[in-house]
Order: sequence, then structure tokens, then C-alpha cells
Amino acid sequence: MPHLKPAIHAVIGGVYNNWLALEATLDDARRRGCTDVWCLGDLGGFGPHPDRVFPILRDRGVVVMQGNYDHSIGHDLADCGCGYTDPRDNHYAQLSYDYTRARTSPSWHPWLRALPPSLRATWGGRRVLAAHGSPRRVNEFLWESTSPDAFLARMMTAHECDLLLVTHTGIPWQRRLADGRLVVNVGAIGRPANDGRREVWYAVVTERESGGLDAELVPVAYDWQRLAAAMRSENLPPEFVATIETGWWTTCLEILPPKERLAGKY
Amino acid sequence: MSSRLPVLPLLPILDAARAPEVPLSALDTVWFQLTGTVCNIACRHCFISCGPEERRVPMMDAAQVRRFLDEAERLGARDYYFTGGEPMMHPDFWPLVDDTLARGPLTVLTNGLYLDGDAAARARRAFDRARYSFDLRVSLDGMSADENDPVRGKGTFHRIVDGLRALAAVGLSPAITVVEHRAGLAAADARAAFFDFARSLGLAQPRLKFLPLLRIGREPTRTAGYSDSDVAALADLTLTPEAQEAIVCSSSRLVTAHGVMTCPILLDAPGAALADTLAGALGPIRLRWSACKTCVVEGLTCRT
Repeated sequence: MPHLKPAIHAVIGGVYNNWLALEATLDDARRRGCTDVWCLGDLGGFGPHPDRVFPILRDRGVVVMQGNYDHSIGHDLADCGCGYTDPRDNHYAQLSYDYTRARTSPSWHPWLRALPPSLRATWGGRRVLAAHGSPRRVNEFLWESTSPDAFLARMMTAHECDLLLVTHTGIPWQRRLADGRLVVNVGAIGRPANDGRREVWYAVVTERESGGLDAELVPVAYDWQRLAAAMRSENLPPEFVATIETGWWTTCLEILPPKERLAGKY
Repeated sequence: MSSRLPVLPLLPILDAARAPEVPLSALDTVWFQLTGTVCNIACRHCFISCGPEERRVPMMDAAQVRRFLDEAERLGARDYYFTGGEPMMHPDFWPLVDDTLARGPLTVLTNGLYLDGDAAARARRAFDRARYSFDLRVSLDGMSADENDPVRGKGTFHRIVDGLRALAAVGLSPAITVVEHRAGLAAADARAAFFDFARSLGLAQPRLKFLPLLRIGREPTRTAGYSDSDVAALADLTLTPEAQEAIVCSSSRLVTAHGVMTCPILLDAPGAALADTLAGALGPIRLRWSACKTCVVEGLTCRT
């Protein structure tokens, strides 16, 4: 009987118009032998030329679900629904959203509207649920320092999963609960993770031969100079370009919990 | 002669039948009225009339706090807040901080007057040791003694600013909470000036939270209470799902030495005590009190 190699799955989130990082990430996933790629949404925002990421996702067979950004752009709403509460965060979020909304071809709106709000599968005999923010709210921020084990366990029991995959915050982390269930925030491939590195992050989930799942958070290098140049020529805010060039977040910082905020530069 | 200021009782203003009802979507946040109404100062706008002589709601004992922590964790709570009074007056304050941080993120609401160098160093150790976020929220009601002291008490401005500098010196950036006790305090230019002011104290990542006035507690004796039209705004109101999600009582409860209450605002309201356990206090809340208008209409949230 031929030995079947356990499947490897790539999970990405927060594309933020960054077509260069998207291509680099999909190439990285292919090199690792990933059998499929899930994208947890937020295709637009922050970066330049929003229409470039859609054909790449479609042509390369990525399984895409809807984030708050995709819902807002698809329905041509007035704001991104990101869930920021501070006026300083909302100021930059609106600049970013207005740009993406104005430059997304309406021909993509029906596709964005039709994206599913969550994904489910069984991998390695485990129930997998992908949500954008959290299983209960598309724009809930699940940060590592504000998501206690008991809270995650409660939510995973309510939503019947053994592996919970989320994005939305832009900073990757993973935690295995005492009972073996696993939570992975896959981070974002659209901008760096406020860690002073220019790489972006995604997750690779491996099925164990004995059953069960393990996740690895993976950095991806891409042509950030080219992205920064494109952002400048599109007159996107210099603060956004600085993040691409340095790896430190410069905007939308008020939403960060104290631990994640103090780990950053600003 | 006692310097105690009068305490106005908080009375329901709407019949239960006309008051909007808010179900609990999930118990995410548990507030601890750690020191009850006991505080080292008596702010003129205090919405629950705390002060050195106010023992209407006593301090919680440490065992009681830990029992509620155990229950909150069993129920899958997401985050915790310590408030009072002044929570740093609690004799077991730091051990309780550590016990809470072992279970989830904690925010302490403080007037900053106990934040000397030792306390700041202790806060930094708690911050570094914990897996979850530890946040301090320090109240300051102006950028000068002239603005702050008439509300928070003579000499408090300089002491609070010293506390903020002590936190800055250990590399922590607390959230500064500013109550809009006079018009214009939260206007865009005033906010920008406040950020600059916070930076000038050495806070590398200044954070600000502006709170609307609650016209209950001592505030009616300083300015005015809620008007009839404020009350009318609440009656027969239908909350949108977004408004319901945003309002504190849809996802949190307050525990006190007297049991579980709806929220930090309704501490003194007769009939606001819900149960002796969190599990017994998960039913829907009727927005019967004038102060509810501040949350529903003005969007007040006690969360950071």
C-alpha cells in the first residue's frame, strides 16, 4: 500500500491589496507542498491597486472567505467596519478604505458579496473552523494578550471546533489549550506584524500521521521596495509606506492591547 | 465637622414595561468593585459618590474576589477590571493583580495618587510576568491644576502627574482617562493638545480615553442632573443590534462586597443587585435608570 503523506494546508489572511506579498506567499506555500490555501478575508485596504489581488486568488485556486473589508467593499458601504473605536485609528482607516473603495472595479463587487463568512473542514480527524475576527463577530479582535484560555475554550465549544483559525488583528500567534484544541491567528500577509521585520506572516497547518494537527507561523520575504514605490506613486499616506519599509506600525495603534502596543515602536 | 458631601440616591425613572431590555450576549467582562465606595479623594463629579468616609459599599475581601475569579473563569470570561473607590487602597491589591493576570487581561482604574516609584516598578514586574495584558487607567481631568483640581481636589494635579511620570520611567504607557467636566475638553484640538501634554510627561505611547459626564452621584450638586428630555430619550427606545452590542450590560457584570450588580454605574441603585453569584446574574437588564441614557445615547463605555 502506498504511504500517504499527511496533508499540509496554508492559511493566509489580511491581504490588504499587497499583490506582491500574495504571490510570494503562494509560491512559499507551493514549495512547502501545501495541498490547499485558505484565505480568511480582508483583501483590500492599506496597499495600492486593489484590483490586482482578485485574479491571483481566483487563478491560483485559493479558497477565499469574507472579511469585514470584503463585505463593505462588496456592498459599497461608507466605511470598512474594522471595529476601531478611537478617532485616531478611524482617521487612517477611512483614508485607506476610501482609496480601496474608489479603485476597486465594481465588476468585483458580486464576487466579494458572495464570499462565505466562514469555512469548515475536517483535517487530521479534527473539526476546523475558519472565521475572520472570531466565530461570533467578523470584526472582533483576538489578540494573544487579551484572549484567555477559558474564553477561547468557551467560544470553541459553542462553535464546535478543535482548530480555530482567525486573522483581523494583523499579528500572528498560536496557542494550544490544555485539552489539545488549537487556536491560530494567522496574521496578515498585507503588512508586517509590528515586529520591526519587513516580512509578512501566514500559517501552515500539518496533519499528523497519527491524527491531530500542528501549526507553524511562517515569515515570507517579498519585494517590499516595489510595494513602497507603488504606494508612493498612488499618494498613499507616508505613514503607511513607513510601515512597509520598517516593519513597525505607525497608524491604527490605539486598538492594540498594552502588551502588543509596548512590543512595537510607536 | 464632617466634610462628607451629600449622597443622592439613584432611583429608577422608567417603569420596567417601558424600559428597553438588554439581554446578555455573553459574559465577557467582569468588573470588581474592589474597594467599594472607599476612596482617598472625593471628586466633585464622582458618579457613585466615593470618598474617604464613604463606606456604603465596603471593600471586598480577598477570598471573595478569588471566588468570583474562579467563577468568572469557569464561565469563560474574556477580561477583568478593578475599580472602586481607589482599588490601590486594597491591602491585597498586588497579590490580587497577580491572581487575576493568571486568568486573563486586567485593567485597573486608578486616580494615580498611589503611583510612586515602588508601585510603578511593581506594576512593570506584573506586566512583564503575565501572559495577558495588564493595563492601568489613570484619571486626570485637565492639563493644569486650574482645570483638574476644582474637580479632583486641591493638589491632586501635581501628584497625578508625578504618578504618570513614575509609570513613564518604567516604560509603561497608561491610558489617561479624561472626563468632559466642561465643554470643549474633548474637542479635536483639545485632544491633540492633551496628547502633546502626555508625551511631555515622558509617556512614549500616550493613550487617552475621554468619558462623557454622568449626571448622577455627586455631579448634580456640582452642575445639574438629567433633565426630563434626557429621560424621554430612553423611554420606548428600540436598540439597534449595534447599540445593544456596544452597551456594557450586554456583555459584562460588576461584582461587589454586596453581590453582583449590573454595571459600575448602578452601584447604588436600589434593586440593581442581581444575585450572589455571576451565574445567577446572567438574565436581561432593563434600562430603567436616567444614567442609562449616557450609555445608550452618548455611547459611553466604561471599557478602555
